[in-house]
Amino acid sequence: MENKLNISSSPHIRSKITSSNIMLMVTIALLPASAFGVYNFGMNALLMLIVTTAAAVLTEYIYEKLMHKKITIGDFSAVVTGLLLGLNMPPTAPLWMGALGSVFGILIVKQLFGGLGQNFMNPALGARCFLLISFTGPMTRFIYDGETGPTPLAYIKEGSMSSVNSMDMLIGRIPGTIGETSVIAIIIGAIFLILMGIIDLRIPGTYIVTFVIFVGIFGQFTAADVGFFDPNYITAQLCGGGLMLGAWFMATDYVTSPITKQGQIIFGILLGVLTGLFRLFGGSAEGVSYAIIISNLLVPLIERVTLPKPFGKGGEK
Amino acid sequence: MNGCTERLYNGLVKENPTFVLMLGMCPTLAVTTSAINGLGMGLSTTVVLVLSNMLISMLRKIIPDSVRVPAFIVVVASFVTIVQFLMEGFVPSLYASLGIYIPLIVVNCIILGRAESYASKNPVVLSIFDGIGMGLGFTVGLTAIGIVREIIGSGKIFGAQILPLADEAAGKAGYTPITIFILAPGAFLVLAGLTALQNKVKNNMAKKGKKAPESASCADGCASCTNGACGGKVFPTGNEE
Repeated sequence: MENKLNISSSPHIRSKITSSNIMLMVTIALLPASAFGVYNFGMNALLMLIVTTAAAVLTEYIYEKLMHKKITIGDFSAVVTGLLLGLNMPPTAPLWMGALGSVFGILIVKQLFGGLGQNFMNPALGARCFLLISFTGPMTRFIYDGETGPTPLAYIKEGSMSSVNSMDMLIGRIPGTIGETSVIAIIIGAIFLILMGIIDLRIPGTYIVTFVIFVGIFGQFTAADVGFFDPNYITAQLCGGGLMLGAWFMATDYVTSPITKQGQIIFGILLGVLTGLFRLFGGSAEGVSYAIIISNLLVPLIERVTLPKPFGKGGEK
Repeated sequence: MNGCTERLYNGLVKENPTFVLMLGMCPTLAVTTSAINGLGMGLSTTVVLVLSNMLISMLRKIIPDSVRVPAFIVVVASFVTIVQFLMEGFVPSLYASLGIYIPLIVVNCIILGRAESYASKNPVVLSIFDGIGMGLGFTVGLTAIGIVREIIGSGKIFGAQILPLADEAAGKAGYTPITIFILAPGAFLVLAGLTALQNKVKNNMAKKGKKAPESASCADGCASCTNGACGGKVFPTGNEE
């Protein structure tokens, strides 16, 4: 595929886009968020990103070596998984936890189901949810500037909108996981991916719009001082937590999102509604990861109902 | 290998209800949060299985074919009720932790499956040994899953702390339990892992030529086959609750 000249049967004109350069682009697009995370949270964050990425690549290599399979670490997909998991970890979590998550994500979620292209849910998010369920304490303890404090979303959940500063949330000067805090850094990466043609707006767009409509309508029922489509509240919900990271980088994962256009729109709407439900009416303040992995599981069904009919099929008999 | 030992071997290894037949998954996944729960569930199922196999085998010429399933259920349910009261009286803590899964033994598909495919067609002694074999196979499976889940999920085995827990407040290093293993997803992970492991062991044995001995009754084709797994009249999985 990568050679320009092929002596083979058709097709002769091939796209130059390969899995490995898509994954490389995604890695580059994640760099602003990673860099901001390291700037924001210090050396711990850098170590965490290195450990999760290295563990993911190493796991993939060792598994494929042991199983006598083709070694695929060159396609960068393990790098993306490891990096995304690292960005989803709190900066204060112990490093072994990140490594364990990477092993789980690559080994159980990805390789046991057949490797890249066969995984039934996003490996990084599968691993994050595994860690979140197993180690709820360390995975939800966020320390910022030496102080342990609730994330802005937790403040909103408690109903104290006044403790939330939307500007800080936009820039990223808030407690949270390594990569999710800075909306600006994530948007820079997302714009890069859109310009390079790696992702399009269909999934993240419908996701965010649906989510805004959902919290706009239902927000007022869960917090006292929030009105119908309250701009402050909506901004805080949009910039808080993993919504941006999830919408641009994880919901758009090629393997675990629908390939049909209608399917992608249904997928986005589903994500928006689920995230809204989990955040407003669920037990915890955040719900992006669960929303995405649950929707991942529904992708085969979504694809089945939105499969386009070939010309001439399905007409009147 | 005589009939009785063959039945024991069949239940424990060749057709282990948990890892090979994949029967009785509901209690397998739900109660194996600790080794003692798995053992308790396995043994109570064994008791019911042995007694019901015995009685059904005794009654096999009396029970009319058209109402055999209700008849089996009545027999099984009576024994389950006895076991339930005995457990409530003598091991109340185990009874409390197994909860609803004790009465649900009535619809456990291993018991109905053995009644349908073995006890209702075979003599009493063989049926008893079939019950013991299958029951012990189930017990071994549940206890193994329970042990793995308990060690990983809470650092204990049969309730005794074998891995010292980390205590962050006191700065003490140690094992941090991976809680997901004592929650529902852990059951699936451990079941799949152990099943893969036993398949690997069996494949290795087969490669080395130590092929698992075939049941003698299979020699003359499926017609005389005594185990239900190969396509008897009613496939046991149809009886899952």
